[in-house]
Amino acid sequence: MAISTPPRAASSTRQSRLHGVATTLQQLVHRPAGLIGLVIVVGLIILAVAPGVFAPYEPDAQTISDRLQGPSMDHLLGTDRIGRDTLSRLIFGVGIALVVALPAVLSALVIGLLLGIVAAWRGGLIDSLLVIVMDVLQAFPAVILALALLALLGPSLRNVIIVIAIAFIPNYARVSRALVFSAKANQWVEAERALGASTLRIVFTHILPNILPPLFILMAMDIPSAIVIEAGLSFLGLGVQPPTPSWGAILSDGFQNIIQSPWAVVFASIILMITTLGFTMLGETLRDIVDPRLSGLTRRRW
Amino acid sequence: MGAYLLRRLIMTVLVIVLVMAFLGALVHIIPGDPVTLMLGPRATPDLIAQVRSQMELDQPVYTQVGHFMIRAAQGDLGVDFVTDTSVMDLVIQALPPTLTLAALSLILAAIFGIPLGILSATRPNSLLDRVTAVFSVSMITIPPYVAGLLLLVIFAVRLKALPSIGSGDISDPVDYFLHLILPVTALAITWIGYIARLVRSSMLEVLNADYIRTARAYGLSDRRVAYKYALRNAIIPTIAVLGVAFGSLIGVAIFVEVIFARAGLGMLVFDAIQSRNYPLVRGGVLAIAILFVLANLVADLTYQIVDPRIRVRSGSSS
Repeated sequence: MAISTPPRAASSTRQSRLHGVATTLQQLVHRPAGLIGLVIVVGLIILAVAPGVFAPYEPDAQTISDRLQGPSMDHLLGTDRIGRDTLSRLIFGVGIALVVALPAVLSALVIGLLLGIVAAWRGGLIDSLLVIVMDVLQAFPAVILALALLALLGPSLRNVIIVIAIAFIPNYARVSRALVFSAKANQWVEAERALGASTLRIVFTHILPNILPPLFILMAMDIPSAIVIEAGLSFLGLGVQPPTPSWGAILSDGFQNIIQSPWAVVFASIILMITTLGFTMLGETLRDIVDPRLSGLTRRRW
Repeated sequence: MGAYLLRRLIMTVLVIVLVMAFLGALVHIIPGDPVTLMLGPRATPDLIAQVRSQMELDQPVYTQVGHFMIRAAQGDLGVDFVTDTSVMDLVIQALPPTLTLAALSLILAAIFGIPLGILSATRPNSLLDRVTAVFSVSMITIPPYVAGLLLLVIFAVRLKALPSIGSGDISDPVDYFLHLILPVTALAITWIGYIARLVRSSMLEVLNADYIRTARAYGLSDRRVAYKYALRNAIIPTIAVLGVAFGSLIGVAIFVEVIFARAGLGMLVFDAIQSRNYPLVRGGVLAIAILFVLANLVADLTYQIVDPRIRVRSGSSS
């Protein structure tokens, strides 16, 4: 996938970059999809930061007499099999979803970027080797790779972050490699070199600022995928373990009692759908604003 | 084209060989002892040693990986020591239900997705187009297990209209078919949205091309232009995406198989992980990876063959 970056001014100052962020935000809120996405994502972040303010109960507080209930005034979204309040668990679950997805995607970006830069800059054997290793990792559907690694690592929150990061690294390595290749071909890189700039200087002050925007867009669009994979792994019992209120664990719990009370499954499904929809709308709108040519970056990852 | 094809095929074989090596070595890359994991804390040291030697874990890593690869290439994935059956036989048994599930989901996705995309593209910015756009994004972002669980709640638990457990009786076609409806729909939803969007955008791209304007100038009706010229071009990326979708569905099928308690590759891997049956996990994952790689290869080649423009371009990109 060859993506050419817009030839930005190599010496973009901090101020002009801030200005760029401000105009992007302005454009974002002027598009319905962007506004809806932004509102959902900001709302989720608020819930994640201060779940205690919004949740009516503690996530593990049990009222055994109120087991498997439907929505009521006491428990707006009902209760689970040991009488825990579903609404409270879902609210505390926002934090779990983000605490897994954000570090996973961010580390995939950083590691993939480093690998991509080294491969594109060094070329030759190192490059070919990297391409093959990434091909092997991408020979598995992301969920299956994560699952196989988790089966050996053992289920835990930290391990879920690690396996999702590993599943996502190849795409970042590939895209950064292509971006560095095309940035390298620009004349201003050659000019810098002629002026005696070191490789590190060229990479950090000239290549990176040019290739980061598309990578951030990719990251924004991978966050919902990471959330979906985490919840999926936890649903299968291989991810975040109970009693941690992960959405996947809530789904799994509800699934086991689906005949008696389907409410937990219904509400956990709804919050998952709203979350993925919000992040996707935000990510796609950002992509369309920053660079519509990047639409090829949309990929299904689960 | 010939050179490209050859290079692509060689790469595919290389990747599959390396995937085997990766899976063979995985147990050593990752900390922890699979035998202790498998047998649990109550296993005696003697038993652990016996199983280790049975699984050849007491030999050097490269010997183990080498043996695994040579045998896997000959179609021998080892023996499942829980049931004492060949892993290969278990994998082959699990293939047809998963392939059926994935294939039917794709057909369903195409049947709904393509017409939706055409309708939106021929009436851009109309109410119908906007509604379809919202529905498409929503469908794309629904996780497959959420779709499965919600369908289960609505049609099996509440309405009790459709069966929810098992694969049905294959000798009774109606029963078998009824058991397929919910799982197939759950898997298809994402791709209906995806295909609708893809068909719309690629048709619009073509409809703005010069030759379409020429065709219109010659007095051809909008209908004729849309269906005879624009659709033909828009269908190419769609066909390629069907290949990618097939690969993805083989992986995602695990959720739907677990939710609806269906036999299949995903269920095989899930059960094997639950019982810590490492050789079976490895065999199942290998089968999924091979299908995934082949589906992507087919998608890629279809794209190359059907669209001559890509062929010219492929010389420069790797």
